[in-house]
Amino acid sequence: MKSVREIALVVLPPIAFFLLVILVWQLVAQIGQIPKYVLPSPIAVGRAAWNGRSALCGAITLTGAGALCGFAASLIVGTLIAFSFSFSKLIKAGCYPYAVFLQTVPIVAIAPLIVVWFGYGFQSVALIAFIISLFPIITNATAGLTNVDRDLVDLFELHNASRWQVLFKLRVPAAVPYLVTGARISSGMAVIGAIVGEFFAGYGGMRDGLGYLIMDGTNQLKTDQLFAAVLASTTLGMAVFTLVNIVGATVLSRWYHA
Amino acid sequence: MIQLENASLVYDPATPVLEGITLAVQRGELVSLLGPSGCGKSSLLRLITGLVEPSSSGKVSVDGQPARRFRQSSGGVSLVFQEPRLLPWRNVRRNIALPLELSRVAAADQQALVEASLELIGLRPEDAIKYPRMLSGGMRMRVALARALVTRPSVLLLDEPFAALDDLLRQQLNGELLRIWGERQPTTVFVTHNISEAIFLSQRVIVMASHPGRIKATVDVPFDYPRSHELRATSEFAALVGEVGDLLRMETT
Repeated sequence: MKSVREIALVVLPPIAFFLLVILVWQLVAQIGQIPKYVLPSPIAVGRAAWNGRSALCGAITLTGAGALCGFAASLIVGTLIAFSFSFSKLIKAGCYPYAVFLQTVPIVAIAPLIVVWFGYGFQSVALIAFIISLFPIITNATAGLTNVDRDLVDLFELHNASRWQVLFKLRVPAAVPYLVTGARISSGMAVIGAIVGEFFAGYGGMRDGLGYLIMDGTNQLKTDQLFAAVLASTTLGMAVFTLVNIVGATVLSRWYHA
Repeated sequence: MIQLENASLVYDPATPVLEGITLAVQRGELVSLLGPSGCGKSSLLRLITGLVEPSSSGKVSVDGQPARRFRQSSGGVSLVFQEPRLLPWRNVRRNIALPLELSRVAAADQQALVEASLELIGLRPEDAIKYPRMLSGGMRMRVALARALVTRPSVLLLDEPFAALDDLLRQQLNGELLRIWGERQPTTVFVTHNISEAIFLSQRVIVMASHPGRIKATVDVPFDYPRSHELRATSEFAALVGEVGDLLRMETT
């Protein structure tokens, strides 16, 4: 059990640093006479966040839903693709370069195309989040399924294991920690994907996501609203990341050391 | 029981791994393969498992059948690696049961075999539900041994299983291995680079040379079984260690 002192040593320094940054920011904004549309003070940002709280909460929910849908889809599709890669060297050789291609194409370059194909709205936002978060799942799950210890493969072969036994009793369980790592990376990217997606494929003014609030804050020089939206985006990213970490840690502890 | 005739293993013609290995191991015999690192000792074990085939003309047979066919038809070959290589997501009992599951042994028989193996290796029932990460290095190796023995193999192959353990633990497990071998009499090939371990355990020590891996000499070990740890302190034991050491040194210089 950690002592209070140990916990305090971990928790207090980042809080102290955060408060220091806020303080310096407030002083710079106040004393430096910097215009509000360039650098609003933390107090102004806080006020904007409070006044626009219902819009921000709605935006977090909407963007979060898009990110989670995209992330869930990439988890399922990415794992299935990794299965096919691990099953056939030919499929992997044929398709893996395109998975890498998927990673190198900037999402901002294909987002407009997706809007052309699927129109404005939630489906395009989720699709963009899906595309950007797919690659880490594919690579990590493929690595997990294929980089199994050589001795263990020998052990299975020695006892005349079938291909399915090797897959389900060895490769799949061995891939779980890799998949958890992939999911951690990919969940953060899905949030980015959803926000970027909203820049291009917003909801046509019916509902506003975080991406819209950021664009709107920029266009109208409502920099305090922009800051509030950025903070909300960070909060959403951290919430999703924490959620995935908790689920991942639970899965690993169940799987490995019950 | 195990027969290698002029067996070679060549991946790259410039540096053959094994060359012209001829070796016979009798049923129930315990033989050690001793040699410097990289002399192909592990590859020789893999030839006996039939997981790799000898190159060109050589032949490897077990119980009169090609090695691969013997393994597939009888399921009577077990291998212990240098590392325990346990599955971290299975507890001790389920790790030990793995070879039985893979060979599709009926669940009811599995339980009895696993119990027998646990008892043979001296694991307590409360250890059986632990996970590998909760065990010490020595315990993990015991579990690996229990897993290898659970199928009651007629051929037991050990690839430097105790090399990573401290000396005291190694000697203790040497004693255990001899006891188990005495009880079940599997045909056993033990790979090591530790001279006194090779002599203490086996009836014959096969000294290997490297580049390419080949058999340099065979030394008969004259001590009777059961052997106890006091044997290591005798002058005859020390003399044999010196003799085999000279053979190895001639190879490495």
